[in-house]
Amino acid sequence: MDKQNKIQELDEVVIRFSGDSGDGMQLIGTLFANASALLGNGVSTFPDYPSEIRAPQGTVGGVSGFQVHLGSKKVNTPGDYCDVLVAMNPAALKANAKWVKKGGMIIADADQFNEKGYTRAGYKTLDAVSELKLEDFKVIASPITTLTKESLKESGLDNKSIVRSKNMFALGMIYYIFDHPLNFTESYYEVKFKKKPQIIEANKKTLRDGFNYAANIHAIPNTYKVKAASPSKKGRYRTINGNTATAWGLIAASEKSGLPLFCGSYPITPATDILVELAKRKDLGVKTLQAEDEIAGICTAIGASYAGNFAVTTTSGPGLSLKSEALGLAVMTELPLVVIDVQRGGPSTGLPTKTEQSDLMQALWGRNGEAPMIVIAASTPSNCFDYAFMAGKLTMEHMTPVLLLSDGYIANGSQPWCIPSMSEFPEIKPPIVPEHTEGYMPYARDDEKLARGWAFPGKKGIAHRVGGLEKDFLKGSISYEATNHERMVKVRAEKVKRVQNFIPEQEVVGDAEGDLLVIGWGGTYGHLFDAVSEMRKEGKKVSLCHFNYINPLPKNTHDILKKFKKIVVCELNLGQFANYLRTNFDEFHYYQYNKIQGLPFTVVELVDKFNQILEGK
Amino acid sequence: MAENYLNYTPKDFKSDQEVRWCPGCGDHAILSAVEKALPEVSKELKYELERYVFVSGIGCSSRFPYYVNTFGFHGIHGRASAIATGVKVANPLLSVWQVTGDGDALAIGGNHFIHAVRRNIDINILLFNNQIYGLTKGQYSPTSPLGAITKTSPYGTVEHPFRPGELVIGAQGKFFARSLDVDVKLTSEILLEAAKHDGTSVVEILQNCVIFNDGAHSNITDREFREDRTIVLRHGEKMVFGKNRDKGLILNGLSLKVVKIGEGGFTMDDILVHDATNPNPGVHMMLANMQYPEFPVALGVIRNVKDSTYDDNVRDQVLKVMNTTKIKNMDDLLNSGETWEVK
Ligand SMILES: Cc1ncc(C[n+]2csc(CCOP(=O)(O)OP(=O)(O)O)c2C)c(N)n1
Ligand code: SF4
Ligand SMILES: [Mg+2]
Repeated sequence: MDKQNKIQELDEVVIRFSGDSGDGMQLIGTLFANASALLGNGVSTFPDYPSEIRAPQGTVGGVSGFQVHLGSKKVNTPGDYCDVLVAMNPAALKANAKWVKKGGMIIADADQFNEKGYTRAGYKTLDAVSELKLEDFKVIASPITTLTKESLKESGLDNKSIVRSKNMFALGMIYYIFDHPLNFTESYYEVKFKKKPQIIEANKKTLRDGFNYAANIHAIPNTYKVKAASPSKKGRYRTINGNTATAWGLIAASEKSGLPLFCGSYPITPATDILVELAKRKDLGVKTLQAEDEIAGICTAIGASYAGNFAVTTTSGPGLSLKSEALGLAVMTELPLVVIDVQRGGPSTGLPTKTEQSDLMQALWGRNGEAPMIVIAASTPSNCFDYAFMAGKLTMEHMTPVLLLSDGYIANGSQPWCIPSMSEFPEIKPPIVPEHTEGYMPYARDDEKLARGWAFPGKKGIAHRVGGLEKDFLKGSISYEATNHERMVKVRAEKVKRVQNFIPEQEVVGDAEGDLLVIGWGGTYGHLFDAVSEMRKEGKKVSLCHFNYINPLPKNTHDILKKFKKIVVCELNLGQFANYLRTNFDEFHYYQYNKIQGLPFTVVELVDKFNQILEGK
Repeated sequence: MAENYLNYTPKDFKSDQEVRWCPGCGDHAILSAVEKALPEVSKELKYELERYVFVSGIGCSSRFPYYVNTFGFHGIHGRASAIATGVKVANPLLSVWQVTGDGDALAIGGNHFIHAVRRNIDINILLFNNQIYGLTKGQYSPTSPLGAITKTSPYGTVEHPFRPGELVIGAQGKFFARSLDVDVKLTSEILLEAAKHDGTSVVEILQNCVIFNDGAHSNITDREFREDRTIVLRHGEKMVFGKNRDKGLILNGLSLKVVKIGEGGFTMDDILVHDATNPNPGVHMMLANMQYPEFPVALGVIRNVKDSTYDDNVRDQVLKVMNTTKIKNMDDLLNSGETWEVK
């Protein structure tokens, strides 16, 4: 292999793969990310795909993208803009050119830039470079389809399968440009296509030919190397996305509690993959029930919880709306239940495949009556594991439902993760009522948490009835007595409030006091962290306070807020958390930065906004 | 000590809660039938009291769990099938009974009801059909006959009712039976059969709401002519009915027909024998749909067919995968697949 080009070292680089939704961009993006992670790079990825499974071929609406951010340090976001764009057709270029950094590299499949391709993508001319004003970019137009056909002409594969391999050719080119070895990906083919040696060989050949092609053309001035990250933590690593991490966190909680996991759910983007993963985990005894709708999903879970399983239901915003009445039932019966809402753009069906944080108010208040719930939010793909575990621990030990918020961005995003050992996690000790408990009272509580006991059917001497009607304070039988109702409403609220004593204090990134406190919650962590870090490097007195525990808020929240001159709350909605903070701590002024485009923040826009606030604009 | 399950009496299943149904409501008799049936079920199936769970939705009928001295769950309107399904899947050893009204099961809960039946989850569903919404004081229900005058249909309903049996069989139900609130003996006999059946057992009980729909079923339930207007089906027995047991059902082409035995050349030999276990739903559907006055209304176990149950299938699949997997615990899972070491 000709290696006369010089290798340039980079701290980080962002690559975006884009093509038609049938072009296999998610796959090569994932392969590239995995290979990079195995090489020890910090990696963060984000898929961006259309909600139609097969939008008309070649149209902008059908473009599927996958962005990978590599770093020689831990990376916290998939990156705002990319250094290299792979565009498999004119539509992909049109949809993504705006995401390429000025002067960045664009690799395009020249074969697709014909009249048909241009027309389908809605170009006005037959010249993408001038129409999209790409004169300042390094555009490498290679006949990728033709080269792939050439590469596989003796493979014995049919034409359709050959053309389908063009993504591997493009991936080979990228591997050359980033000086990646091919062996990880080759061994992936060997596992994936174990029974189809012909496909293994074809993929290997196209990948290698793409690599060699890139080495031979002199259009590529440099190759790049992103040094391996020096990870803060030694150990065994894997790549994980948010939905898998969520599923696994639930199983971990089940293991630690000693109770079987039951999941009743109805498929909905972007939450479906949690159910998909749990359905695979029969090996660990997980029971999944794909219900007839979301209401049945949560109601089967409530039934399973009553019968002594650790029960969960997973959904997205529209499904959470359907579950509202049953959430109240779980609050009223004081049974453990984890409800996971992987948020997407709303209202109504909204933007199914795009991210947003607009279900916060629904999570906090979306029920009839005074029906408080513990609400927590994961903030990175991998910590979905920790918060799913914590959701399980809190619900089972406090005997009240927990709503865990995730979002499309962290659910589908992935990152390398230092694999924990289950011995690092605390035990989960639900207040299970023993058989023949003398004088058993279904609604008697412990003094500390106010949790009632969990009495499983099938156990002797503790038969009892629960339900959605108001309960007598001790016996749990129906009571319409006026003061009893008020007492019960208050005790259910107090029970949730007391969770404050069992969650960690809120942490601040940066100094404990300063000019500007940036506040965020949930999936925006990576972008906010990078923006704040960047400003701190410039000497600005900015800190980040990022919330995972939302109801109740950590005890020290007020103490943190009062130490800053200005506060800005950043969220992907119109200001739901800002309003929540106003309700809780109304003496502060809260600036807001809100974005409702179905997209994550960019670090650039955040830094801009924070500077404006600091400068008093 | 002798096993408890041999010695239960109806009293053991009475809870300490005051029964709040209207005096004269058909629900009281159904409660008696359940109290009578459970000791029999226990004896036959070796069930201790703590194995029973009664689950309900909302409605007068759904108050039922408070009155039985077992585990109980009074849910939300329409969702009892889903809650009961969760209970059963979580712990398949439990004997799960759902009590539901015609509104609860067939209006707001219609979807959950048919899907429970389709899955054939091993629960027993007691459907109290009073053809009215009792608890909310007298609106028409999905089983109210066309033209029924109720609070929300002052000029008569303009919609066709569901026939629960048809719905159950249409949803591939494997067990359907019908009884009358007033016939405590028949009801308790049917409940025992329902309990013994593995899979979803639906028992429709024609129930009188004295307050809002009094007499809805009286044209068949009145002692005077009950035997002439209903037929009690028993597996393996001739389909004979009438005070003098002189009427029977025959197959006339593709339809059922009532004939008088000894008249028109029909003898006992012509009369159909009830086969509840026939997987073919054709005759069961016709029997379930028989309506007075053309036919006697069918009571007893109309359909009782064996098939695999959802809860068994879930358990078997989990066990099968657990027995063959290399992943035995969470640590195994965490370290499975592609991983790498950082030193
Ligand atoms: C979500 C919801 N909608 C409406 C109601 C009001 N509601 C309670 S019971 C009922 C109908 C009950 O009829 P049925 O199920 O036939 O029971 P019955 O009282 O006749 O035994 C209705 C409409 C409710 N409790 N919850
Ligand atoms: S209203 Fe009707 S169904 Fe309800 S308790 Fe009274 S009589 Fe029974
Ligand atoms: Mg009714």
